[in-house]
Amino acid sequence: MIVIDKVSKQFNQRDGSSFQALDSISLSIKEGEFVSLLGPSGCGKSTVLNLIAGFDKSTSGVIKVNGGDIKAPGPDRVVVFQEHGLFPWLTVLENVAFGLKQKGIGKKERQELALEQIRAVHLSKFADRYPHELSGGMKQRAAIARALIMDPQILLMDEPFAALDEQTRLVLHKELEEIWLRTGKTILFITHNIREAVMLSDRVLVMSTRPGTIKKEFVVQAARPRESSDPLLHHVERSIMECLADELEKVVKEEMGDDTYSFKKNNISDRNFGGMGSGI
Amino acid sequence: MVWEAAYRMIGWESWKFPSLFQTVESFYNGFAHGQLLEAIINSLRRLLIAFAISISIGLLLGLMFSRSKVIDDTLGFVVIALQTVPSIAWLPFAIIWFGFNDKSVIFITALGATWTMAIATRTGIKNISPIYIRAAQTLGTGTGWRMFTQVLVPGAFPHLMTGIRVAWAFAWRALVAGELIANGAGLGQLLQDGRGLGDTALMLNVVIIIAVLGTISDHFCFKKLEDKLLIRYGLESHTK
Repeated sequence: MIVIDKVSKQFNQRDGSSFQALDSISLSIKEGEFVSLLGPSGCGKSTVLNLIAGFDKSTSGVIKVNGGDIKAPGPDRVVVFQEHGLFPWLTVLENVAFGLKQKGIGKKERQELALEQIRAVHLSKFADRYPHELSGGMKQRAAIARALIMDPQILLMDEPFAALDEQTRLVLHKELEEIWLRTGKTILFITHNIREAVMLSDRVLVMSTRPGTIKKEFVVQAARPRESSDPLLHHVERSIMECLADELEKVVKEEMGDDTYSFKKNNISDRNFGGMGSGI
Repeated sequence: MVWEAAYRMIGWESWKFPSLFQTVESFYNGFAHGQLLEAIINSLRRLLIAFAISISIGLLLGLMFSRSKVIDDTLGFVVIALQTVPSIAWLPFAIIWFGFNDKSVIFITALGATWTMAIATRTGIKNISPIYIRAAQTLGTGTGWRMFTQVLVPGAFPHLMTGIRVAWAFAWRALVAGELIANGAGLGQLLQDGRGLGDTALMLNVVIIIAVLGTISDHFCFKKLEDKLLIRYGLESHTK
Protein backbone atom coordinates (compact mmCIF):
# COMPACT_ATOMS: atom_id res chain seq x y z
CA MET A 1 0.00 0.00 0.00
CA ILE A 2 1.37 3.35 -1.06
CA VAL A 3 0.07 6.70 0.14
CA ILE A 4 1.39 9.94 -1.26
CA ASP A 5 0.12 13.09 0.38
CA LYS A 6 0.74 16.57 -1.05
CA VAL A 7 4.20 15.75 -2.28
CA SER A 8 6.23 18.39 -4.11
CA LYS A 9 9.65 18.08 -5.62
CA GLN A 10 11.96 20.83 -6.75
CA PHE A 11 15.23 20.33 -8.55
CA ASN A 12 18.03 22.84 -8.41
CA GLN A 13 19.16 23.75 -11.85
CA ARG A 14 22.63 24.62 -12.97
CA ASP A 15 21.90 28.33 -13.23
CA GLY A 16 20.82 28.38 -9.58
CA SER A 17 17.10 28.60 -10.19
CA SER A 18 14.88 25.76 -9.13
CA PHE A 19 12.60 23.68 -11.26
CA GLN A 20 9.25 22.51 -9.93
CA ALA A 21 8.91 18.92 -11.09
CA LEU A 22 5.97 17.90 -8.90
CA ASP A 23 3.42 20.20 -7.38
CA SER A 24 1.53 18.88 -4.40
CA ILE A 25 0.42 15.55 -5.77
CA SER A 26 -1.62 13.09 -3.76
CA LEU A 27 -2.48 9.54 -4.63
CA SER A 28 -2.95 6.22 -2.97
CA ILE A 29 -2.53 2.72 -4.27
CA LYS A 30 -4.23 -0.18 -2.58
CA GLU A 31 -2.58 -3.49 -1.97
CA GLY A 32 -2.65 -5.78 -4.99
CA GLU A 33 -3.71 -2.99 -7.30
CA PHE A 34 -2.24 -2.35 -10.72
CA VAL A 35 -1.98 1.40 -11.23
CA SER A 36 -0.47 3.22 -14.18
CA LEU A 37 0.92 6.69 -14.11
CA LEU A 38 0.48 8.12 -17.56
CA GLY A 39 1.73 11.37 -18.98
CA PRO A 40 3.79 13.04 -21.63
CA SER A 41 7.56 13.11 -21.33
CA GLY A 42 8.86 15.46 -18.67
CA CYS A 43 5.67 15.48 -16.61
CA GLY A 44 7.43 14.10 -13.56
CA LYS A 45 6.01 10.58 -13.60
CA SER A 46 9.43 9.02 -13.21
CA THR A 47 10.14 11.45 -10.39
CA VAL A 48 7.17 10.02 -8.50
CA LEU A 49 8.63 6.54 -8.94
CA ASN A 50 12.07 7.66 -7.83
CA LEU A 51 10.59 9.15 -4.68
CA ILE A 52 8.73 5.96 -3.83
CA ALA A 53 11.79 3.84 -4.66
CA GLY A 54 13.90 6.02 -2.36
CA PHE A 55 16.37 7.27 -4.98
CA ASP A 56 15.25 10.84 -4.36
CA LYS A 57 13.88 12.82 -1.45
CA SER A 58 10.74 14.91 -1.78
CA THR A 59 10.92 18.63 -1.06
CA SER A 60 7.70 18.55 0.93
CA GLY A 61 4.84 16.18 1.65
CA VAL A 62 4.58 12.67 3.01
CA ILE A 63 5.08 9.32 1.32
CA LYS A 64 4.16 6.20 3.22
CA VAL A 65 4.72 2.65 2.03
CA ASN A 66 2.81 0.13 4.13
CA GLY A 67 2.54 2.78 6.80
CA GLY A 68 6.29 3.38 7.08
CA ASP A 69 8.51 6.21 5.87
CA ILE A 70 10.97 5.73 3.04
CA LYS A 71 14.59 5.93 4.12
CA ALA A 72 16.55 4.24 1.36
CA PRO A 73 15.95 2.01 -1.64
CA GLY A 74 15.19 -1.53 -0.59
CA PRO A 75 14.03 -4.93 -1.73
CA ASP A 76 10.48 -4.45 -0.46
CA ARG A 77 9.77 -2.28 -3.51
CA VAL A 78 11.95 -3.41 -6.36
CA VAL A 79 12.30 -1.26 -9.45
CA VAL A 80 12.26 -2.54 -13.02
CA PHE A 81 13.95 0.02 -15.25
CA GLN A 82 13.44 0.97 -18.84
CA GLU A 83 16.96 -0.12 -19.73
CA HIS A 84 16.66 -3.41 -17.81
CA GLY A 85 19.68 -2.61 -15.58
CA LEU A 86 20.96 -6.18 -15.62
CA PHE A 87 24.59 -6.40 -14.53
CA PRO A 88 26.64 -7.12 -17.66
CA TRP A 89 29.29 -9.00 -15.68
CA LEU A 90 26.85 -11.62 -14.43
CA THR A 91 24.94 -14.33 -16.26
CA VAL A 92 21.15 -14.30 -16.31
CA LEU A 93 21.15 -16.84 -13.49
CA GLU A 94 23.56 -14.81 -11.37
CA ASN A 95 21.64 -11.64 -12.10
CA VAL A 96 18.39 -13.17 -10.96
CA ALA A 97 20.05 -14.66 -7.88
CA PHE A 98 21.77 -11.36 -7.03
CA GLY A 99 19.09 -10.14 -4.65
CA LEU A 100 19.01 -13.42 -2.76
CA LYS A 101 22.77 -13.26 -2.34
CA GLN A 102 22.32 -9.93 -0.58
CA LYS A 103 19.87 -11.61 1.76
CA GLY A 104 22.59 -14.12 2.63
CA ILE A 105 20.94 -17.16 1.10
CA GLY A 106 23.31 -20.03 0.25
CA LYS A 107 24.52 -20.59 -3.27
CA LYS A 108 22.69 -23.81 -3.99
CA GLU A 109 19.37 -22.65 -2.66
CA ARG A 110 19.47 -19.31 -4.44
CA GLN A 111 20.35 -20.95 -7.73
CA GLU A 112 17.39 -23.26 -7.44
CA LEU A 113 15.07 -20.40 -6.63
CA ALA A 114 16.51 -18.33 -9.45
CA LEU A 115 16.06 -21.14 -11.96
CA GLU A 116 12.46 -21.49 -10.91
CA GLN A 117 11.91 -17.78 -11.46
CA ILE A 118 13.72 -17.90 -14.80
CA ARG A 119 11.47 -20.74 -15.87
CA ALA A 120 8.45 -18.62 -14.99
CA VAL A 121 9.55 -15.99 -17.50
CA HIS A 122 10.47 -18.63 -20.10
CA LEU A 123 14.22 -18.05 -20.15
CA SER A 124 15.44 -21.47 -18.99
CA LYS A 125 17.49 -21.99 -22.13
CA PHE A 126 19.37 -18.75 -21.56
CA ALA A 127 20.14 -19.01 -17.86
CA ASP A 128 23.90 -19.11 -18.38
CA ARG A 129 24.06 -16.39 -21.02
CA TYR A 130 25.30 -12.87 -20.41
CA PRO A 131 22.83 -10.00 -20.78
CA HIS A 132 24.39 -8.67 -23.99
CA GLU A 133 23.63 -11.97 -25.65
CA LEU A 134 19.89 -11.56 -25.11
CA SER A 135 17.31 -9.66 -27.12
CA GLY A 136 15.58 -6.62 -25.64
CA GLY A 137 12.48 -8.55 -24.65
CA MET A 138 14.50 -11.32 -23.03
CA LYS A 139 16.52 -8.80 -21.04
CA GLN A 140 13.38 -7.22 -19.74
CA ARG A 141 11.96 -10.62 -18.79
CA ALA A 142 15.17 -11.40 -16.93
CA ALA A 143 14.90 -8.04 -15.15
CA ILE A 144 11.34 -8.87 -14.11
CA ALA A 145 12.46 -12.27 -12.83
CA ARG A 146 15.23 -10.56 -10.86
CA ALA A 147 12.67 -8.27 -9.26
CA LEU A 148 10.09 -10.99 -8.55
CA ILE A 149 12.55 -13.31 -6.85
CA MET A 150 12.78 -10.80 -4.01
CA ASP A 151 9.07 -11.38 -3.50
CA PRO A 152 8.50 -7.65 -3.02
CA GLN A 153 5.11 -6.37 -1.96
CA ILE A 154 5.43 -3.60 -4.47
CA LEU A 155 6.80 -3.65 -7.98
CA LEU A 156 7.79 -0.28 -9.42
CA MET A 157 8.06 -0.34 -13.18
CA ASP A 158 9.61 2.65 -14.91
CA GLU A 159 8.54 2.46 -18.56
CA PRO A 160 9.78 -1.13 -18.68
CA PHE A 161 8.59 -1.84 -22.21
CA ALA A 162 9.22 1.56 -23.80
CA ALA A 163 12.36 0.46 -25.62
CA LEU A 164 10.85 -2.71 -27.07
CA ASP A 165 9.28 -3.27 -30.45
CA GLU A 166 5.52 -3.51 -30.69
CA GLN A 167 5.24 -7.29 -31.03
CA THR A 168 7.53 -8.03 -28.11
CA ARG A 169 5.69 -5.48 -26.04
CA LEU A 170 2.34 -7.18 -26.68
CA VAL A 171 3.78 -10.51 -25.59
CA LEU A 172 5.23 -8.99 -22.44
CA HIS A 173 1.91 -7.29 -21.62
CA LYS A 174 0.31 -10.73 -21.56
CA GLU A 175 3.11 -12.14 -19.43
CA LEU A 176 3.04 -9.28 -16.98
CA GLU A 177 -0.72 -9.56 -16.59
CA GLU A 178 -0.34 -13.28 -15.93
CA ILE A 179 2.37 -12.66 -13.35
CA TRP A 180 0.26 -10.03 -11.66
CA LEU A 181 -2.81 -12.27 -11.56
CA ARG A 182 -0.70 -15.11 -10.19
CA THR A 183 1.26 -13.20 -7.55
CA GLY A 184 -1.13 -10.39 -6.62
CA LYS A 185 1.65 -7.81 -6.30
CA THR A 186 0.97 -4.12 -6.04
CA ILE A 187 2.29 -2.63 -9.26
CA LEU A 188 2.97 0.98 -10.05
CA PHE A 189 3.56 1.19 -13.77
CA ILE A 190 4.99 4.30 -15.39
CA THR A 191 4.32 4.73 -19.07
CA HIS A 192 3.61 7.24 -21.80
CA ASN A 193 1.77 4.66 -23.86
CA ILE A 194 -2.00 5.07 -23.43
CA ARG A 195 -2.84 1.68 -24.89
CA GLU A 196 -0.39 -0.04 -22.59
CA ALA A 197 -1.74 1.74 -19.52
CA VAL A 198 -5.34 0.86 -20.37
CA MET A 199 -4.57 -2.74 -21.27
CA LEU A 200 -2.80 -3.49 -18.01
CA SER A 201 -4.15 -1.35 -15.21
CA ASP A 202 -7.03 -1.23 -12.81
CA ARG A 203 -6.63 2.50 -12.62
CA VAL A 204 -4.86 5.00 -14.84
CA LEU A 205 -3.70 8.28 -13.35
CA VAL A 206 -3.14 10.90 -16.00
CA MET A 207 -0.53 13.49 -15.15
CA SER A 208 -0.31 17.00 -16.48
CA THR A 209 2.96 18.70 -17.03
CA ARG A 210 4.95 21.72 -15.76
CA PRO A 211 4.55 21.42 -12.88
CA GLY A 212 3.55 17.80 -12.60
CA THR A 213 0.15 17.22 -11.02
CA ILE A 214 -2.39 14.47 -11.32
CA LYS A 215 -4.97 15.66 -13.74
CA LYS A 216 -7.54 12.94 -13.82
CA GLU A 217 -8.15 9.37 -12.78
CA PHE A 218 -9.65 6.69 -14.99
CA VAL A 219 -10.90 3.41 -13.61
CA VAL A 220 -10.68 0.54 -16.06
CA GLN A 221 -13.33 -2.00 -15.14
CA ALA A 222 -12.74 -4.47 -17.92
CA ALA A 223 -12.62 -8.22 -17.42
CA ARG A 224 -9.34 -10.03 -16.82
CA PRO A 225 -7.46 -11.31 -18.63
CA ARG A 226 -7.80 -8.33 -20.87
CA GLU A 227 -8.72 -8.64 -24.53
CA SER A 228 -7.28 -6.02 -26.81
CA SER A 229 -10.56 -5.95 -28.74
CA ASP A 230 -12.64 -5.13 -25.64
CA PRO A 231 -14.76 -2.07 -26.58
CA LEU A 232 -14.56 -0.79 -23.01
CA LEU A 233 -10.79 -0.44 -23.34
CA HIS A 234 -11.23 1.54 -26.53
CA HIS A 235 -13.69 3.80 -24.84
CA VAL A 236 -11.31 4.53 -21.92
CA GLU A 237 -8.43 4.97 -24.31
CA ARG A 238 -10.40 7.59 -26.20
CA SER A 239 -11.32 9.50 -23.05
CA ILE A 240 -7.69 9.54 -21.94
CA MET A 241 -6.63 10.73 -25.36
CA GLU A 242 -8.98 13.70 -25.09
CA CYS A 243 -7.80 14.43 -21.59
CA LEU A 244 -4.20 14.41 -22.74
CA ALA A 245 -4.67 16.53 -25.83
CA ASP A 246 -4.01 19.86 -24.09
CA GLU A 247 -1.02 18.33 -22.31
CA LEU A 248 0.50 17.22 -25.56
CA GLU A 249 -0.02 20.69 -26.93
CA LYS A 250 1.83 22.15 -23.96
CA VAL A 251 4.76 19.79 -24.48
CA VAL A 252 4.93 20.40 -28.19
CA LYS A 253 4.87 24.15 -27.67
CA GLU A 254 7.63 23.99 -25.15
CA GLU A 255 9.83 21.74 -27.23
CA MET A 256 9.33 23.67 -30.43
CA GLY A 257 9.57 27.02 -28.71
CA ASP A 258 6.70 28.17 -30.89
CA ASP A 259 3.64 29.53 -29.17
CA THR A 260 1.52 29.69 -32.27
CA TYR A 261 1.72 25.96 -32.88
CA SER A 262 -1.48 24.12 -32.15
CA PHE A 263 -1.71 20.38 -31.84
CA LYS A 264 -5.50 20.20 -32.14
CA LYS A 265 -5.82 22.41 -35.15
CA ASN A 266 -4.90 20.87 -38.44
CA ASN A 267 -1.69 22.67 -38.99
CA ILE A 268 -0.83 21.45 -42.45
CA SER A 269 -0.98 24.50 -44.65
CA ASP A 270 -3.60 24.44 -47.34
CA ARG A 271 -1.41 25.95 -49.95
CA ASN A 272 -2.50 23.30 -52.41
CA PHE A 273 -6.02 24.52 -52.23
CA GLY A 274 -4.99 28.12 -52.72
CA GLY A 275 -4.68 27.65 -56.42
CA MET A 276 -7.90 25.71 -56.78
CA GLY A 277 -10.07 26.98 -59.56
CA SER A 278 -7.47 29.41 -60.78
CA GLY A 279 -7.12 27.47 -64.00
CA ILE A 280 -10.73 27.77 -64.97
CA MET B 1 73.06 -12.81 -37.35
CA VAL B 2 73.12 -9.18 -38.32
CA TRP B 3 74.07 -8.45 -34.78
CA GLU B 4 77.04 -10.85 -34.78
CA ALA B 5 78.13 -9.72 -38.24
CA ALA B 6 77.91 -6.09 -37.26
CA TYR B 7 79.86 -6.83 -34.13
CA ARG B 8 82.68 -8.39 -36.11
CA MET B 9 82.76 -5.85 -38.92
CA ILE B 10 82.50 -2.66 -36.95
CA GLY B 11 84.75 -4.02 -34.29
CA TRP B 12 83.01 -2.88 -31.18
CA GLU B 13 84.97 -3.64 -28.14
CA SER B 14 83.19 -6.03 -25.83
CA TRP B 15 83.36 -3.67 -22.88
CA LYS B 16 81.03 -1.34 -24.78
CA PHE B 17 78.58 -3.81 -26.23
CA PRO B 18 78.67 -7.62 -26.26
CA SER B 19 78.49 -9.92 -29.23
CA LEU B 20 75.70 -12.40 -29.75
CA PHE B 21 77.88 -15.33 -28.73
CA GLN B 22 79.06 -13.63 -25.60
CA THR B 23 75.48 -12.83 -24.67
CA VAL B 24 74.23 -16.35 -25.25
CA GLU B 25 77.15 -17.76 -23.34
CA SER B 26 76.60 -15.43 -20.46
CA PHE B 27 72.90 -16.27 -20.51
CA TYR B 28 73.69 -19.96 -20.28
CA ASN B 29 76.23 -19.43 -17.51
CA GLY B 30 73.90 -17.20 -15.60
CA PHE B 31 71.25 -19.90 -15.48
CA ALA B 32 73.71 -22.73 -14.92
CA HIS B 33 75.03 -21.00 -11.82
CA GLY B 34 71.59 -19.99 -10.71
CA GLN B 35 72.60 -16.36 -10.54
CA LEU B 36 70.11 -15.10 -13.13
CA LEU B 37 67.30 -17.27 -11.89
CA GLU B 38 67.81 -16.13 -8.34
CA ALA B 39 67.78 -12.51 -9.45
CA ILE B 40 64.58 -13.03 -11.40
CA ILE B 41 62.85 -14.73 -8.51
CA ASN B 42 63.93 -12.02 -6.08
CA SER B 43 62.81 -9.24 -8.36
CA LEU B 44 59.48 -10.88 -9.08
CA ARG B 45 58.89 -11.42 -5.39
CA ARG B 46 59.40 -7.74 -4.65
CA LEU B 47 57.36 -6.77 -7.65
CA LEU B 48 54.41 -8.93 -6.66
CA ILE B 49 54.42 -7.72 -3.06
CA ALA B 50 54.59 -4.10 -4.17
CA PHE B 51 51.98 -4.70 -6.83
CA ALA B 52 49.52 -6.25 -4.41
CA ILE B 53 49.99 -3.31 -2.03
CA SER B 54 49.54 -0.71 -4.72
CA ILE B 55 46.46 -2.36 -6.22
CA SER B 56 44.75 -2.52 -2.83
CA ILE B 57 45.64 1.03 -1.84
CA GLY B 58 44.87 2.30 -5.34
CA LEU B 59 41.43 0.66 -5.27
CA LEU B 60 40.55 2.15 -1.91
CA LEU B 61 41.84 5.61 -2.85
CA GLY B 62 39.94 5.47 -6.13
CA LEU B 63 36.80 4.42 -4.30
CA MET B 64 37.14 7.35 -1.92
CA PHE B 65 37.66 9.80 -4.78
CA SER B 66 34.66 8.54 -6.68
CA ARG B 67 32.32 8.58 -3.71
CA SER B 68 33.22 11.85 -2.03
CA LYS B 69 33.58 15.10 -3.86
CA VAL B 70 35.46 16.74 -1.00
CA ILE B 71 38.13 14.03 -0.94
CA ASP B 72 38.32 14.11 -4.71
CA ASP B 73 38.92 17.85 -4.77
CA THR B 74 41.59 17.77 -2.08
CA LEU B 75 43.39 14.44 -1.94
CA GLY B 76 42.55 13.65 -5.54
CA PHE B 77 44.39 16.71 -6.67
CA VAL B 78 47.42 15.74 -4.62
CA VAL B 79 47.41 12.29 -6.20
CA ILE B 80 47.38 13.75 -9.69
CA ALA B 81 50.32 15.93 -8.70
CA LEU B 82 52.14 12.95 -7.19
CA GLN B 83 51.51 10.89 -10.29
CA THR B 84 53.78 13.19 -12.27
CA VAL B 85 56.68 12.56 -9.90
CA PRO B 86 58.81 9.62 -11.04
CA SER B 87 58.72 7.23 -8.12
CA ILE B 88 62.51 6.88 -8.14
CA ALA B 89 62.60 10.46 -6.86
CA TRP B 90 61.31 9.09 -3.56
CA LEU B 91 64.19 6.64 -3.22
CA PRO B 92 66.39 8.94 -1.11
CA PHE B 93 63.49 9.31 1.32
CA ALA B 94 62.85 5.60 1.26
CA ILE B 95 66.48 4.94 2.10
CA ILE B 96 66.30 7.30 5.05
CA TRP B 97 63.10 5.70 6.29
CA PHE B 98 63.79 2.04 5.59
CA GLY B 99 67.55 1.77 4.88
CA PHE B 100 69.31 0.05 1.98
CA ASN B 101 67.06 -2.97 1.82
CA ASP B 102 64.06 -4.70 0.33
CA LYS B 103 61.60 -2.39 1.99
CA SER B 104 62.89 0.69 0.18
CA VAL B 105 62.58 -1.00 -3.18
CA ILE B 106 59.13 -2.35 -2.44
CA PHE B 107 58.11 1.08 -1.19
CA ILE B 108 59.03 2.94 -4.35
CA THR B 109 57.73 0.17 -6.59
CA ALA B 110 54.37 0.32 -4.86
CA LEU B 111 54.45 4.10 -5.03
CA GLY B 112 55.00 3.96 -8.76
CA ALA B 113 51.88 1.91 -9.36
CA THR B 114 49.49 3.20 -6.70
CA TRP B 115 48.64 6.57 -8.18
CA THR B 116 47.84 5.22 -11.61
CA MET B 117 45.68 2.56 -10.05
CA ALA B 118 43.86 5.11 -7.92
CA ILE B 119 43.10 7.30 -10.89
CA ALA B 120 41.97 4.38 -13.05
CA THR B 121 39.66 3.18 -10.25
CA ARG B 122 38.19 6.63 -9.85
CA THR B 123 37.49 6.93 -13.57
CA GLY B 124 36.13 3.40 -13.70
CA ILE B 125 33.69 3.87 -10.85
CA LYS B 126 32.57 7.26 -12.08
CA ASN B 127 31.79 5.75 -15.46
CA ILE B 128 29.49 3.06 -14.10
CA SER B 129 26.01 3.73 -15.35
CA PRO B 130 23.88 4.99 -12.42
CA ILE B 131 21.24 2.46 -13.36
CA TYR B 132 23.43 -0.40 -12.07
CA ILE B 133 23.91 1.33 -8.76
CA ARG B 134 20.19 1.97 -8.46
CA ALA B 135 19.34 -1.57 -9.50
CA ALA B 136 21.73 -2.92 -6.88
CA GLN B 137 20.29 -0.70 -4.18
CA THR B 138 16.77 -1.75 -4.94
CA LEU B 139 17.92 -5.38 -4.66
CA GLY B 140 19.29 -4.70 -1.21
CA THR B 141 23.05 -4.17 -1.47
CA GLY B 142 22.93 -1.00 0.59
CA THR B 143 25.72 1.46 -0.03
CA GLY B 144 28.61 -0.14 1.82
CA TRP B 145 31.04 -2.96 1.32
CA ARG B 146 28.71 -5.22 -0.64
CA MET B 147 28.06 -2.42 -3.10
CA PHE B 148 31.82 -1.97 -3.48
CA THR B 149 32.77 -5.59 -4.05
CA GLN B 150 29.73 -6.74 -5.99
CA VAL B 151 28.86 -3.73 -8.11
CA LEU B 152 31.50 -1.02 -8.14
CA VAL B 153 34.54 -3.23 -8.70
CA PRO B 154 33.01 -5.49 -11.37
CA GLY B 155 31.27 -2.51 -12.95
CA ALA B 156 34.54 -0.63 -13.20
CA PHE B 157 36.49 -3.68 -14.34
CA PRO B 158 37.12 -2.66 -17.95
CA HIS B 159 38.78 0.52 -16.64
CA LEU B 160 40.49 -1.27 -13.78
CA MET B 161 42.07 -3.71 -16.21
CA THR B 162 43.66 -0.86 -18.12
CA GLY B 163 44.78 0.64 -14.83
CA ILE B 164 46.32 -2.65 -13.75
CA ARG B 165 48.27 -2.99 -16.99
CA VAL B 166 49.68 0.50 -16.77
CA ALA B 167 50.38 0.07 -13.06
CA TRP B 168 52.26 -3.15 -13.83
CA ALA B 169 54.48 -1.37 -16.33
CA PHE B 170 55.12 1.48 -13.90
CA ALA B 171 55.93 -0.98 -11.15
CA TRP B 172 58.54 -2.70 -13.34
CA ARG B 173 60.28 0.57 -14.09
CA ALA B 174 60.34 1.65 -10.50
CA LEU B 175 61.55 -1.79 -9.43
CA VAL B 176 64.57 -1.94 -11.70
CA ALA B 177 65.49 1.65 -10.94
CA GLY B 178 65.15 0.97 -7.23
CA GLU B 179 67.23 -2.19 -7.37
CA LEU B 180 69.99 -0.40 -9.25
CA ILE B 181 70.58 1.77 -6.25
CA ALA B 182 69.34 -0.04 -3.19
CA ASN B 183 70.78 -3.35 -2.11
CA GLY B 184 69.63 -6.93 -2.38
CA ALA B 185 69.83 -9.58 -5.05
CA GLY B 186 67.70 -8.73 -8.04
CA LEU B 187 67.79 -7.86 -11.69
CA GLY B 188 68.67 -4.23 -11.08
CA GLN B 189 71.45 -5.25 -8.76
CA LEU B 190 72.72 -7.66 -11.36
CA LEU B 191 72.87 -4.83 -13.85
CA GLN B 192 74.89 -2.84 -11.38
CA ASP B 193 77.21 -5.80 -10.79
CA GLY B 194 77.65 -6.18 -14.52
CA ARG B 195 78.72 -2.59 -14.79
CA GLY B 196 81.12 -3.01 -11.91
CA LEU B 197 82.72 -6.04 -13.54
CA GLY B 198 82.61 -4.65 -17.06
CA ASP B 199 80.46 -7.62 -18.02
CA THR B 200 78.36 -6.10 -20.79
CA ALA B 201 76.99 -9.48 -21.82
CA LEU B 202 75.44 -9.90 -18.38
CA MET B 203 73.98 -6.40 -18.53
CA LEU B 204 72.43 -7.02 -21.91
CA ASN B 205 70.98 -10.27 -20.65
CA VAL B 206 69.29 -8.52 -17.80
CA VAL B 207 67.81 -5.96 -20.16
CA ILE B 208 66.50 -8.71 -22.43
CA ILE B 209 65.09 -10.65 -19.50
CA ILE B 210 63.24 -7.57 -18.27
CA ALA B 211 61.77 -6.97 -21.69
CA VAL B 212 60.77 -10.60 -22.10
CA LEU B 213 59.24 -10.88 -18.65
CA GLY B 214 57.34 -7.66 -19.18
CA THR B 215 55.99 -8.79 -22.53
CA ILE B 216 55.07 -12.24 -21.32
CA SER B 217 53.24 -10.99 -18.27
CA ASP B 218 51.41 -8.32 -20.21
CA HIS B 219 50.57 -10.37 -23.23
CA PHE B 220 49.74 -13.72 -21.74
CA CYS B 221 48.32 -12.61 -18.45
CA PHE B 222 46.71 -9.20 -18.63
CA LYS B 223 45.93 -9.02 -22.31
CA LYS B 224 44.22 -12.41 -22.29
CA LEU B 225 42.28 -11.51 -19.21
CA GLU B 226 41.26 -8.17 -20.62
CA ASP B 227 40.10 -9.62 -23.92
CA LYS B 228 38.08 -12.23 -22.11
CA LEU B 229 36.49 -9.60 -19.94
CA LEU B 230 35.66 -7.35 -22.85
CA ILE B 231 33.89 -10.18 -24.61
CA ARG B 232 32.04 -11.13 -21.48
CA TYR B 233 30.93 -7.55 -20.94
CA GLY B 234 29.76 -7.41 -24.53
CA LEU B 235 32.14 -4.59 -25.36
CA GLU B 236 33.84 -6.53 -28.12
CA SER B 237 32.52 -9.18 -30.44
CA HIS B 238 33.49 -12.85 -30.25
CA THR B 239 34.71 -12.96 -33.79
CA LYS B 240 38.13 -11.52 -33.41
